Amino acid sequence: MGSIEKIHEMLVSKECSCTELTKSYLDEIEKANGELNAYVNVTGDEALKTAEAVDKKIAAGEEIGMLEGVPMTLKDNISTKGIETTCCSKILTGYKPIYNATVWETLAGENAVMLGKTNMDEFAMGSSCETSYFGGAMNPFDSNYVSGGSSGGVASAVGANIAAYGLGSDTGGSIRQPASFCGIVGLKPTYGAVSRYGLIAYASSLDQIGPITKSVEDASIVFDAISKRDERDSTSKGFGGDTYSKLNNDIKGMKIGIAKEYLEGIRDDVKEAVLKAADIYKSMGAEIVYFDLPELKFALPVYYIIACAEASSNLGRYDGIRFGYKTEHYNGTHDMVCRTRSEGFGEEVKRRILLGTYVLSAGYYDAYYKKAQNLRGTIVKAFNNAFEKCDVILAPTVPMTAFEKGHAVSDPIETYLTDICTVPVNIAGLPGVSVPCGFNAKGMPIGMQLIGKSFGEAEILNAAYKYQQAAAENFKDTKWGVKL
Amino acid sequence: MSYELVAGFETHIELATKTKIFCGCTTKFGGAPNSHCCPVCIGLPGTLPKLNREVVRYAIRAGLAVHGEIAEISKMDRKNYCYPDLSKAYQISQLYAPLIIGGYVELSNGRKIRLHHIHIEEDAGKLIHQHGDTYVDYNRGGVPLIEIVSEPDIRSIDEAREYVEKLQQVMRYIGISDCKMQEGSMRCDVNISVRPKGSEKLGTRTEIKNMNSINNIAKAMEYEFERQVDLIENGGSVVQETLRYDDATNTTSSMRSKEDAHDYRYFRDPDLVTIHVTKDVVEEIKSTMPELPADKCRRYIDELAIPEKDAQLLTKYRRISEYFDKACEGVKSPKTVSNFIIGQIFRRTETEADKEIFDVAVTPEQLNELVKLLDSGKIRNNLAKSTLEKMLDSGKGALEFISESDMGGLDENALNDLCKQAVEGNPKAVEDYKNGKEKAIKSLVGNVMKNSRGKADPALAESKIKKLIG
Repeated sequence: MGSIEKIHEMLVSKECSCTELTKSYLDEIEKANGELNAYVNVTGDEALKTAEAVDKKIAAGEEIGMLEGVPMTLKDNISTKGIETTCCSKILTGYKPIYNATVWETLAGENAVMLGKTNMDEFAMGSSCETSYFGGAMNPFDSNYVSGGSSGGVASAVGANIAAYGLGSDTGGSIRQPASFCGIVGLKPTYGAVSRYGLIAYASSLDQIGPITKSVEDASIVFDAISKRDERDSTSKGFGGDTYSKLNNDIKGMKIGIAKEYLEGIRDDVKEAVLKAADIYKSMGAEIVYFDLPELKFALPVYYIIACAEASSNLGRYDGIRFGYKTEHYNGTHDMVCRTRSEGFGEEVKRRILLGTYVLSAGYYDAYYKKAQNLRGTIVKAFNNAFEKCDVILAPTVPMTAFEKGHAVSDPIETYLTDICTVPVNIAGLPGVSVPCGFNAKGMPIGMQLIGKSFGEAEILNAAYKYQQAAAENFKDTKWGVKL
Repeated sequence: MSYELVAGFETHIELATKTKIFCGCTTKFGGAPNSHCCPVCIGLPGTLPKLNREVVRYAIRAGLAVHGEIAEISKMDRKNYCYPDLSKAYQISQLYAPLIIGGYVELSNGRKIRLHHIHIEEDAGKLIHQHGDTYVDYNRGGVPLIEIVSEPDIRSIDEAREYVEKLQQVMRYIGISDCKMQEGSMRCDVNISVRPKGSEKLGTRTEIKNMNSINNIAKAMEYEFERQVDLIENGGSVVQETLRYDDATNTTSSMRSKEDAHDYRYFRDPDLVTIHVTKDVVEEIKSTMPELPADKCRRYIDELAIPEKDAQLLTKYRRISEYFDKACEGVKSPKTVSNFIIGQIFRRTETEADKEIFDVAVTPEQLNELVKLLDSGKIRNNLAKSTLEKMLDSGKGALEFISESDMGGLDENALNDLCKQAVEGNPKAVEDYKNGKEKAIKSLVGNVMKNSRGKADPALAESKIKKLIG
């Protein structure tokens, strides 16, 4: 049973009240956050207010929903009305949205208890959470290691049991990679399965909101709740998630594909863990098929060109005029905008804005952006072909385990390379779920991902669930937080 | 050497849809600053645009009105530039796959000004400079626009004037915009170059931005033409640049040179999906299109025998032509209806604005009734004319002023009596006529007409009077 169901039962059976539960989460945040830095904004008062409302319902004998009263968190790039939403950037300090993101509107409508907003790489640009204006979130397995990024705060909080679950966003691996680093589950849904309305954009054609949870069941429950068509997001397609009822389906005869290219340049312990998982699947009656996916080599450059191009445009609006940070001393509008942006954005964000501006500029558009778009089409086709040969693809989530503090900051290019296994899924718009599949010699978690066909969430979550049941030892708890 | 002017226009027209192009806010002009805004049109982080289908339909109407081809597949792009009135730092527009391709505007001299394309896009907000500070009003931000881009086919200032007028006329006809240049719902950028007459090669062009009246367009083009010719004549050359026109001094000045030209870094907007327009939708919109002014004008001339000049006046504004069409229903002579409108009703709608609204006291049905009385011979022209004046004063129908006896006509005896009276009562006129003053007969006929209250047939009266005088 996952955390969400467990909490639901506790509340319904009156083992504890929602207020008590929320208070213990807030207490644990208080204890852990100094070391982990998972939360950048704790919203205790609002959380307790919702908890009280849920308690009243329970006291009145009313039925409550599965997510009702469950303490959770949101990555700080998901807009929350009246609650500061900063993307962990100086430039958005003080910004309180006047509207709710659709996902939060949905969950708030179900009386989800939001404990606060969690840390992330600035504007979701990074793989270690260390580009955050508020400093990085640390790994609950060992706080000398990073939590991963960009949704590092959510992964850290969920891994440390100071949130039952959280919503992150994944543009090039930002849900799956920190989930992998923190030994938990992260689902990046199919592009269009979850509304992006209210998600502060990094790269619009790649961004997707998804759950970060302790278990596959939890990921499934949360995904089902948030995946629906939203009139406000033209790119949302109206999936109407129903993955939960399909968990625990037999996987006998399921074809699990392994692309050789996904195993190249992967650290040995990670490769071993993934291949061991393949063996487990085999023992459950699945068929393992190997094939080549040479187009994968284009994925990383394509990703950095497209993501940076879109980011350079998406981030143009931070000019100090309407919201967020504004420079103190300036001489005229132009100077104000220049200074605000120079002072407000961090190094990594500036690097990507410059890169994106460059690849879109006159004379370079064809050589970079257009070529990248063409190659994107090639990658989409390659995946379509691959799915003729198999039902799901098994791959490492990250070529390594969590880096030590400060490592990512020192070498941006090497850090970009760590996205190699996660970005193809975003480029192709496919769903991918990361689940823990072992530990390295130092006890840091290793993650593997299952990649599905477009809107094949049910299939990959079922496969992940089966694995979770067969390899429960890889789903290890940490010393932190609320013990249910 | 004599030079030829070459010009092309980029014309922005605000569409009169009820709501903005990417959100549900009103498009109403004015309003307290930032009162017609929402998270989407002020570009708050995380918001997403949603294309208003009506905008696409309006733009398709525009495309059909200028004979353009409606693209089955078109896409929205981002045009990136940083300016405080542009909330997202990019304008959502179309570059790579516009909604309408080609088309033309035909001028009265028979030349067709070809259009390159028409695309849809959002308008920006407005800066207000006050008390030494600059404020931004985003009410206009997100108001839908079409941009009509012509080929460099315009060869004179008169053609330029007519091109803009024709666009204005046709866009108003199809009801997609009020095209008020002074309010900014129609704005033109003029690309202009000169070349020696007879040369095929295009000269270097300059672009005059944001022209807000037809007169200013004409003046600015005149100035710019002279300036470019002078430059070349004096051994210089035209520099490609963007200009602004100052109507106070009637000069143009540089806004930015080619080197400083914006690099808009256009790319497909990932937040919006491809626009699919099926042939059925185009057909459906086509079926709701009114008769276009050029077609109407031709029909008036060819089928209703209206003189060309009058036909143009009648078709200048949609309301007038509709009034005319209604008033003509079932009448023998549409020309008579036209004469009444142009001769009498126009005197009551003196300004162009009045003519456009064409809110007159007499309904087209009332005018129709009056003309039918005339057609049937029940009343005569003079009586009809004076009656129309009374109708225009009061808003009442013709029968309020014309009695049964007025319509009875005049029998032979009565006419004989009236003619006799006229001759006997006006010896001076009779004398004059006898002395060779042909005109004197007119005053005698006038006398008969007056006393018959307009019922007499003036030609018949004249012949009878001539007989009486001998």
